[in-house]
Amino acid sequence: MTNAREISVEYLARVEGEGSMRVEVVDDHIEHVEFSIFEPPRFFEAFLRGRPHTDAPDITARICGICPIAYQMSSVHAMEDAFGVTVGGPLRELRRLIYCGEWIESHALHIYLLHAPDFLGYQSGIHMAADHRDVVERGLRLKKAGNAIVGLLGGREIHPINVKVGGFYRTPTKAELETLVPELEWAKEAAIETIRFVSGFTFPEADMDFEFVSLSHPDEYPFNEGRIISNRGLDISVAEFNETFVEEHVERSNALHSRIRERGAYHVGPLARYSLNFDKLTPLAQNLAREAGLERVCMNPFKSIVVRSVETLYAVEEALRIIDEYEPPAAPAVPYTVKEGEGHGATEAPRGLLYHRYRVHDDGRIADAQIVPPTAQNQLTIESDLRYVLERHLDLPDEELAWVLEQSIRNYDPCISCATHFLDLTVDRG
Amino acid sequence: MALPTLAVHKFASCDGCQLSLLDLEDELLAVAGVVQIANFMEASREVLPPPYDVTLIEGSVTTAHDAERIKQIREETGVLITIGACATAGGIQALRNWKDVDDFTRYVYAHPAYIDTLQMSTPISDHVAVDFELRGCPVSKYQLLEVLVAFLQGRRPNIPTYSVCVECKLKGNPCVMVAQGTPCLGPVTQAGCNALCPTYDRGCFGCFGPMESPNTGSLADRWKEMGASERDLVDAFRSFNAWSDAFREESDRQQASIEIGGVR
Repeated sequence: MTNAREISVEYLARVEGEGSMRVEVVDDHIEHVEFSIFEPPRFFEAFLRGRPHTDAPDITARICGICPIAYQMSSVHAMEDAFGVTVGGPLRELRRLIYCGEWIESHALHIYLLHAPDFLGYQSGIHMAADHRDVVERGLRLKKAGNAIVGLLGGREIHPINVKVGGFYRTPTKAELETLVPELEWAKEAAIETIRFVSGFTFPEADMDFEFVSLSHPDEYPFNEGRIISNRGLDISVAEFNETFVEEHVERSNALHSRIRERGAYHVGPLARYSLNFDKLTPLAQNLAREAGLERVCMNPFKSIVVRSVETLYAVEEALRIIDEYEPPAAPAVPYTVKEGEGHGATEAPRGLLYHRYRVHDDGRIADAQIVPPTAQNQLTIESDLRYVLERHLDLPDEELAWVLEQSIRNYDPCISCATHFLDLTVDRG
Repeated sequence: MALPTLAVHKFASCDGCQLSLLDLEDELLAVAGVVQIANFMEASREVLPPPYDVTLIEGSVTTAHDAERIKQIREETGVLITIGACATAGGIQALRNWKDVDDFTRYVYAHPAYIDTLQMSTPISDHVAVDFELRGCPVSKYQLLEVLVAFLQGRRPNIPTYSVCVECKLKGNPCVMVAQGTPCLGPVTQAGCNALCPTYDRGCFGCFGPMESPNTGSLADRWKEMGASERDLVDAFRSFNAWSDAFREESDRQQASIEIGGVR
């Protein structure tokens, strides 16, 4: 007689967007694992064609309400690459600063409202607040400190309006930026408390064999610039992205699956950035990571919440450094001449590497667009994690098994709106 | 007494408008104290059974499945409020409405047969009765709070329908059209952003959609006097609120003008 169990969770909660998961188990044998994305397609790459290149940062921001800065940054860097223009000095620093703001708000949202409830056994951050109000209030205030950076530099937190090809529409005065300092000083302490708080959680055992992929820059923890590297010897320029990575369209998903040619699944996001760039973190962030029990390389995806907390501290410290050293630029943007060409941009979204490629006509209109978001790149790795976690937790009752599988998806802070979007969770023990 | 129940549902969108609820960092826990969050998947695993007192809808209808889903949601709620440009006007993805969506599918996906999508991206009000439409791409979180509180108190929300120009005047912004010669959609766009773009030395690009009774034709003439082409105007009116009546009609007029030979 075969033993067939079926668990079904129809809509995965506490992720950004809509997707589904289906697992079949017969006699403790895993028949099938599938992570699917049903988010209705919105065809950004299609309707960007023919639009002015200056629309790219505003339109691609609308791919994701949680990480619009990532889309704005990848798009403007790709356009600047096409036109052969480099944005340096204070404008480059301001771009790092606004990205710090996005990392802080996005990481704080995920740590406190979306992921910590899994470790503490709550349905949501709001349920958690009933017992841990001070903790949730700290998380919300930390999130707000990040949003304050995006709000000041970008005009508003969601879909900021101040980023453009070449720089910004308006740059802040030193005094305006300095208004952020007192709250960021508080946020630095809060980020330290956050690392200590999450490192006390109980983590399921997992020792994966990831191929980590992230940007790497000789002088800094990566945001907007660098080469694309991996822990298996990959070291390419951003322009070589399509020579190394392939996107496949599979029936079960409205998001394209990415693979490294000849090797397969890879992992982008905080764990990859941290493990490939540990020595570029500030001394304080490195110390707190060690104190939290992290090695220089972290292969346990459940500990991504600790790594996000370390990155939050780094982003707060980096924001304070940039504000301290800031001298306003002579002009809010670098002038450039429109010409026909192709450009590539890759930046580190909170969830990982975000690649944009555009071809532009000589009149400045977009001829062709390609956007590869982090969650699409992580889809295969999420599936292999599900299989790993399932193998080790088959003895759990259905409800608990479903929860740990959901949690292992939330390890990736998946942004399904970005990847396309819709998550239905079904465990079919067939 | 039981708290009123709140549901939040997502259709084709970026999540930004429902995120506005979670971006109410100072008010979120207070809101959770006066309403029961009954069905809000982005925030909670817990789903309480319908019916709900108030439902917020983000996103536009782009699939046959979603066209059915919104009808079910309508039946399960007392008040239905749409939030954001996607839910109120079809969103940026309504740019497909002027194209052949099969071409779009072939461009983005290797196997178009796997993709289920409708030809049009349409606002929620094309499918079911809507009690209130809150504009913006994204919505203003403070306007969202005002709408929620108003419905809980049984009063009409105080959401102005005048133009962005009024906000510029209230803020003391110099007019970017007059002072800098920067084309601006502010004169025909509904307020709500607190004149954000002009405050950052940029022309308004219409996130909040058309104001009440906009004179888009007059603004288009002024843009042309400033050097804009019909194509520039088509692009300007066809963005996040492209499928709203006033912006769609003006963009179609400009497009027709291009097609009959560029009468200026």
